[in-house]
Amino acid sequence: MNVAAPQSALLRTVYVLYVVCFFAYLAAPLVAAGMFAFNDSTVPSLPWRGFTLGWFFGDTDPVIGMFHDRRLLRGLTNSLYIGVIVSALSVAAGTCNAFLFERRQFPFKNALYILMIIPLVIPGVILGISILVFASMVANNADRAFGLDLSALRPGTFLVVLGQFSFLTTITSLVIQARLKKFDVSLEEAALNLGASRLKVLATVTMPYLMPALFSAFVVAFLVSFENFNTTLMLVGSDAPLTITMYDRMVKVGSTPVLNAVSFFLMVGSGLLALLSVVVQRDRPSD
Amino acid sequence: MLRSDTGKLSLILLMTPFVLWIVLLILLPQLGITFVSLREKIGPRQYEFGFGNYIAFIQEPIYWNTLLRTAWMSILVTVMSLLVGFPIAFYIAKIAQRRSRAGLFLLCLIPLWVSDLVRAFGWIVLLRETGLISGALQYVGLVNGPVEMLYNDVTVVIGLVYTVVLFMIVPLVSTLDGMDNSMLEAGYNLGGSRLTVFRRIIVPYAMPGIVSGCIIVFMLTAGSYLTPILLGGKNSMWFTEQIYDQFITRYNWEAGATFGVLLLGFTSMVIWLGLKLTGQNLASTVAKD
Amino acid sequence: MFDLECENLVKRFGPFTAVDGVSLEIPSGSFFSILGPSGCGKTTLMRMIAGFENPNSGDIRLKGKSVVTTPPNKRNVKMVFQHLALFPMMNVGENIAYGLRCRGENKADITAKVASVLERISMPGVQEKQISQLSGGQKQRIAIARCMVLNPDVLLLDEPLGALDLKLREHMKIELKQLQSQFDTTFLYITHDQSEALVMSDNVAVMNGGRFEQIGAPETLYHAPKTAFVAGFVGDSNRWSGTVSSIAGDLAKVTVGNGLEMVASIGGARPQTGGEVEVFVRPEAMQLLAKGAATAMAAMNTLDGVVDSLLFNGAASRVLVRTQAGLLIEVVHRMDAGQVRVNPGDAVTVGWAHGAGLCFRVGG
Repeated sequence: MNVAAPQSALLRTVYVLYVVCFFAYLAAPLVAAGMFAFNDSTVPSLPWRGFTLGWFFGDTDPVIGMFHDRRLLRGLTNSLYIGVIVSALSVAAGTCNAFLFERRQFPFKNALYILMIIPLVIPGVILGISILVFASMVANNADRAFGLDLSALRPGTFLVVLGQFSFLTTITSLVIQARLKKFDVSLEEAALNLGASRLKVLATVTMPYLMPALFSAFVVAFLVSFENFNTTLMLVGSDAPLTITMYDRMVKVGSTPVLNAVSFFLMVGSGLLALLSVVVQRDRPSD
Repeated sequence: MLRSDTGKLSLILLMTPFVLWIVLLILLPQLGITFVSLREKIGPRQYEFGFGNYIAFIQEPIYWNTLLRTAWMSILVTVMSLLVGFPIAFYIAKIAQRRSRAGLFLLCLIPLWVSDLVRAFGWIVLLRETGLISGALQYVGLVNGPVEMLYNDVTVVIGLVYTVVLFMIVPLVSTLDGMDNSMLEAGYNLGGSRLTVFRRIIVPYAMPGIVSGCIIVFMLTAGSYLTPILLGGKNSMWFTEQIYDQFITRYNWEAGATFGVLLLGFTSMVIWLGLKLTGQNLASTVAKD
Repeated sequence: MFDLECENLVKRFGPFTAVDGVSLEIPSGSFFSILGPSGCGKTTLMRMIAGFENPNSGDIRLKGKSVVTTPPNKRNVKMVFQHLALFPMMNVGENIAYGLRCRGENKADITAKVASVLERISMPGVQEKQISQLSGGQKQRIAIARCMVLNPDVLLLDEPLGALDLKLREHMKIELKQLQSQFDTTFLYITHDQSEALVMSDNVAVMNGGRFEQIGAPETLYHAPKTAFVAGFVGDSNRWSGTVSSIAGDLAKVTVGNGLEMVASIGGARPQTGGEVEVFVRPEAMQLLAKGAATAMAAMNTLDGVVDSLLFNGAASRVLVRTQAGLLIEVVHRMDAGQVRVNPGDAVTVGWAHGAGLCFRVGG
């Protein structure tokens, strides 16, 4: 008997019904957004006019599929490009942070640890505007004082990377630190005792152990970067990532089924990636 | 000694990325917007220090009304997410069978990684005048003409709860998962009723998860942009909209920075109050998962 | 020639002195144990020998050479960790080959050495197995093989049997002893379990509060403890506190509890008449006598009492006797081996030779 479950049959049924309703609520907008990607109509609404893949692969007006839509494709490439760079950077920084807070002792450690978590509780908008303002201040002063033109500090891909990095690093640090915490330090001591150098211990014992966490931190960072809107909107230049391009389209053109197609593509893509990271984390015979 | 020197060197090396990150991307930018918010524009390229921007904020009711509205809607959304999410988290962590548990948790996680934009777009497709629900209602014959369900507060709250509830469920599941069923058994064994066991055992045990979920949810709601704008339309009166508006449309950075500082101050205060009232701290809650 | 010598080792953590002036010498090829309760500093001592902690003062010599400034990965002491620390991301063969690879030996040699060491621990051909496929005892042997393949000067073992269940632990004690003589390497074994130390070791150091209380062969520690701590920690004892009423030669008459008197030989520093002492008597040194049968037998302490309960435990069975004064005494008494049958409530007399008890002055 499960003591946690309600004991009366009626209550149990009500409970299960509630859970089912909740998952229906979760699924409803995703299903709605996804299904109209396949409707052979120029507006994403009923009636159903038959199945088509045109919103993915179509190349004749008015049905231009997402894979033939220049701006959406460019947005997608930008998103991938930004996502990979920012995830790699934040995983690297997160690894350093994890070792710093898990292994080292130094003054004000607790206060600094709080500082490390804080970016997670600063609204994304504020991260966006503050980095925008600060970068412009630096660029303006450099221009005025030295005549330097620091164009990288004007809105654009570089600032988007910095903005996303600023909060993704907290996430990756926490993910990596959680695994490092479970690491048995005597494994490192054993390797050292068997004659390995510090670097060799890191390469042969610690890093292989951390690998699943590094991978899932990377995936998480990539997905969050890919879907980020609030911070990115403030920092974006001419090379807009996909979410911004989509938003533009939605505001300027209104909803068209090609947006459903992109939505469907994103759902499947991020779903698969998330699944992959879960599988990698779980597929450890011994922990 | 040699060994302590290399230790110090490696500590400095490990510390460098952390310090660069926190100082250059978090601390200095926050000081930067504070600085800009204290700068009044009195002419082209002419500035003066003072609280003028803050005074302007107080004098314009539409501004602080928007902030208050954002505040109470965020608190409402947080409470609703807790009420909606807790039973689900409890079901996943304590009631579901071992095998379906992982599946349900994954189902919860997958929408988490789908962009806000896609989710809001999904709601639009469902709820607008020509949307699925309106169509279904007409088909069944419950209503005669198309119904517009977008652009009202109820929809905004439903959409916001939808966007953030998973951030409530995930920390709750991981906290409740650590709770041993024998604790509940002991509670009943010692004569507790369902209510006392819930109040005295389950809730206190889940507290770090509850606080953590509430902090994240509150922060995400107060800082959200897409959902209130897309579902609430032009009259959604959301504070982040004001910030974007000042920065992007009006190019008034001083006012925008002021709003940013106010929003940050406000969310920090609520989070701090929440932590104090529940006796938790940031490291024990948010950093747990 | 000693394989390992420690001289006046001191290790402080802040205001706390974990190891306080410890010296030891371990002859080649012997099995040496350090026995002590948890927190006595034995793990710190071992970690200093392995090089994971730096001593504040003192010297550590391996085969006569000081290694205090040698980093841990350059010392030829190998260590079997408490939870073994086998690398889960490598298979058995890779685990054993790890140290050889670090030394940069060539592939053919490594393969041959791994095979031969597995042969010696009677687990040939398990190279490809994953660590998680091994049983507790097998993991134990692999952990030892991983060290022994490197021919260490000294093998350190940090309570490696602690995680095993009782039956396997008993078995592994014997096996460890055999492995030690087979490899003919010096073992330094750390434990809080006195039976592990007594069964396996040539010599045992009893450690308490950062210091060695006594170093000696297991029998010596058991029969001739030099301090109250050793007497109490090694083996089981009945233990009473009392005051000395008179002293005659090596024997002291001690008044215990409610006016009960007993004679015990003096261990350690001599107490003064009227001084506080603790008396230790081993349960197997006592016997149950029929009531009144041996009144005033010469050179015997006798106490009258009532059988409180029978504690059956095979060869280690005991009887618990409650004296009139309320003291509880454990006496070895094997009814299944022909000794007289008693039942709870029977009046009995407990007797033991004067010399069988030991008394130690309280406070050193």
